[in-house]
Amino acid sequence: MTLAAGEIPAAVTAQPMRDAFAATVTQAMADDPRIAVLLADISADRFAEAAARHPGRVVNVGIREQLLIGAAGGFALTGMRPVVHTYAPFLIERPFEQIKLDLGHQGVGAVLVGIGASYDGAEMGRTHMAPGDVALLDTLPGWTVHVPGHAAEVPKLLRPALAGDGRVYVRLTERGNAAARPVGEGLVVVRAGSARSLGTVVAVGPMLDRVLAATAGLDVTVCYAATVRPFDRAGLNRVAAAAGHPDVLMVEPYLEGTSSREVAEALADRRHRQASLGVARDNEVRGYGTPADHDRAHGLDTAAIARSAREFFLT
Amino acid sequence: MTTATFSRYADLPALIGLMTGDRKHQAASASTLDVLWVLYDQVLDVAPGRTDDPDRDRFLLSKGHGPAAYYAVLAAKGFIGVRSLRDWAAFDSSLGHHPDRALIPGVEIASGSLGHGLGLGLGTALGLRAQGRTAPRTVVLVGDAELDEGSNHEAIAVAGRLGLERLTAVVIDNQSATHGWPGGIADRFTREGWAARTVDGRDHRALAEAFGAPHAGRPLAVVAAVAPR
Repeated sequence: MTLAAGEIPAAVTAQPMRDAFAATVTQAMADDPRIAVLLADISADRFAEAAARHPGRVVNVGIREQLLIGAAGGFALTGMRPVVHTYAPFLIERPFEQIKLDLGHQGVGAVLVGIGASYDGAEMGRTHMAPGDVALLDTLPGWTVHVPGHAAEVPKLLRPALAGDGRVYVRLTERGNAAARPVGEGLVVVRAGSARSLGTVVAVGPMLDRVLAATAGLDVTVCYAATVRPFDRAGLNRVAAAAGHPDVLMVEPYLEGTSSREVAEALADRRHRQASLGVARDNEVRGYGTPADHDRAHGLDTAAIARSAREFFLT
Repeated sequence: MTTATFSRYADLPALIGLMTGDRKHQAASASTLDVLWVLYDQVLDVAPGRTDDPDRDRFLLSKGHGPAAYYAVLAAKGFIGVRSLRDWAAFDSSLGHHPDRALIPGVEIASGSLGHGLGLGLGTALGLRAQGRTAPRTVVLVGDAELDEGSNHEAIAVAGRLGLERLTAVVIDNQSATHGWPGGIADRFTREGWAARTVDGRDHRALAEAFGAPHAGRPLAVVAAVAPR
């Protein structure tokens, strides 16, 4: 790819996260008899081998997402570790009361693994988009939310989730960063600004490469977060304290402002400014096309992030 | 008073009266009373000392409202103290108007919102089967109006197709579903592959026989007909 002078690269790399997920879970099933996989047709082909090898531990309920989550609650009540998978809007939004009651209120856990993210399936339209998933889970206590930005991060986030017993959502996407980053230990500083820097940018998962390209000419610290719940408040506080200004720009691949409360809590001990980039809340983008088209519509392409960052830090 | 003096079917109205203040009328009319008694007295392999035994039977009260009869049976069978009935629904009581598994030993699910028990029960039966635990039975109590919730029909279809023999649904039918079930409730189950029996929901012998009816390779539905609400 040749870029014209002054042109900013798109900074999006294809990610085989679904393959990484299926391989990691299939492998873990051989070692851990607690693990069961619950499907609603989506990705059933990828678990055919595991289903043959582990009778009764891969269950495809068909296109029945209320039952998908309800059955997961039942599996967990018997001491098993359910892994529940389908397309993001049908995993989190359609059966939301089952998530609230059949998992949370019963006091049991599961690993929910969604694909499609905010608009990977752009040409399928709004019904297949789930930019509100993380905000929705924010209404419930006790959820861990992973937003990997590279396929190689998926096994590292999944394995501890499979071995645990909590409520975990893993938000997979087909579009991410060129390189995997350290995950599982809070915010990671990817590029440190000077002691007189303008502030801090937090890039969530697949937004990192776009943020790095967009802020290349700015004296800011860029942090990476592949786990957003619980949010690393202490880590952000430390990074903001070390920056020239305690101002924070949050760049998330789902609804804008989803983590505003987390940033506010992290910086409650100091005067600060914050801004949030993400999928627009104020109107429904009624378009098909490609994910890149939707990035542009929501101001999440590299050029728009660069404009927003300059506006926030330089004015 | 001791629990032992309140351990008979005849004691249930008095136990319910501790909660509701009504010693006779309301207690006798509780639609679930006889089904619950037969289950805990004759059918379920459960005991107060075995609430964590992985091989215990599971009883899931999906229709969580009107739980006084349930609490009375749990008290009669020694799962909860008789004394605890007196302050039911108080802020710090473990006994609310919908039961909560986190607060009551032996209660398998927290219920309230309708249409959740069959899905949880299906998952429980599958989870036990996946672990090779073939002995435990999972029994889910639902109401005929609760069947309005579409989630039930997701579970009914899949349980039938998977032949979940260790899953039993008992439907308390007091004809309270607003739009009814033309052709009968049992038909909704049998056409999905279940074995189904419809019996008098007050007849202890008929209920016990229905729960014991052979149903090889199929889940079992027992429709317990009681007086219309």
